[in-house]
Amino acid sequence: MMDTVLDVLSWIFLLGGAIFLLVGAIGALRFPDFYTRLHAVSVCDTMGAGLVLVGLMLQGGLSLVTVKLLLMFYFMMFTGPTAVHALAEAAMQSKLKPVVDEREP
Amino acid sequence: MEHLVDIVLLGLLMITGFAIVRMRSLLAAAMLTSIYSLLSASLFVVLDAVDVALTEAAIGAGISTILLLATVALTTDEEKAPRHTPLLPLVVVIATGAALIYGTLDMPHYGDPAAPIHQYVAPTYLHDTPGVIGVPNVVTSVLASYRGYDTLGEVTVIFTAGVGVMVLLGYRLRRCNITGPGIRNLIVLRVIAKLFFPLILLFALYVLLHGDYGPGGGFQAGVVFATGFILYALAFGLGNAQRLIPRKLLRIMVAVGMLIYAAVGIESMLLGGKFLEYRVLADDPVTGQRLGIMLIELGVGIAVASVVLIIYYAFVSRHCQAPEDM
Repeated sequence: MMDTVLDVLSWIFLLGGAIFLLVGAIGALRFPDFYTRLHAVSVCDTMGAGLVLVGLMLQGGLSLVTVKLLLMFYFMMFTGPTAVHALAEAAMQSKLKPVVDEREP
Repeated sequence: MEHLVDIVLLGLLMITGFAIVRMRSLLAAAMLTSIYSLLSASLFVVLDAVDVALTEAAIGAGISTILLLATVALTTDEEKAPRHTPLLPLVVVIATGAALIYGTLDMPHYGDPAAPIHQYVAPTYLHDTPGVIGVPNVVTSVLASYRGYDTLGEVTVIFTAGVGVMVLLGYRLRRCNITGPGIRNLIVLRVIAKLFFPLILLFALYVLLHGDYGPGGGFQAGVVFATGFILYALAFGLGNAQRLIPRKLLRIMVAVGMLIYAAVGIESMLLGGKFLEYRVLADDPVTGQRLGIMLIELGVGIAVASVVLIIYYAFVSRHCQAPEDM
């Protein structure tokens, strides 16, 4: 019983992560400029990879694997947003202008 | 299922390869080579070669990319237009590829237990390692003990590379206080770097000391260790990194790493064994083997970390002002 619940939960997390990864990839292809694309991709690192890791932790149970996955989760949560922030900052400083909607509201 | 993973990874490798060839921007090509290395590392994991995968991920996707980016920053981002037609190179490549594929026809099938490679020395290594060497990771025992001479050669190659870069890119120190990739607002990067710097060094030590039991060892640990300092240099500037770990110290450490390795060999000769015969290092042969492996892994780690950092310093400090004549 418990195993089934854990399995179902883990698959929900895994599929949720997969959906976020897909959304990020579609966004990276379809969004108009660098900053919006970056915004879409940043979802992959945090929600996408994060949910997949949580799903895998549920599969791993109480073991060393789960501890390692937890560490990976911790690192992903810090490094992903930092990398995206550094990229956006570097783009701003090399004077890449964001695409702005010029129409009157 | 495993075939599916193989096909996807190999397909992505091919796409990345073509993309690198077609790419005119060298910056983008450098990033794509990083992706190529990461894909190869995944392929090595599928092949159960985790030690190689760890090396490929750390060196191929990490350090080489940084060095390539540093080179692009020094030269130019645009690829020069080719001066002659690519016909002759294309013919040569196709002919070589065809010859290689023809050569694989005679090779045994992948994973065939009767293949010569699985019959020659591998059974001895697998059978003897637990009793004679006493380390669970057979890769480490082969690399550090059975093939100790080869590994000494590899470390010599790395040592020579470091010396070569020092000779070519300037031995004299340059005054340097530039910060990372042109980012002025560094507060986020600095906080994260400060948070992760000790963790990366700790992980390097784990990889070094745990190499007997799991994937890892001197090479990987050295690269991870250097990565920590490169992160520090990116966030806090090359000048601060050089204050933290000066180039003079690195020059000494390269030689120290090499010497530790060679000294273990000579020590075992002095104790009545052959060169790099670790079992004479302690009263108990197995303890001697473990001690020898630990010491040479330490030497490899020190040498690799110092060489990587020396190369990084040499590349990045080209941006600084010219050396002052002293």
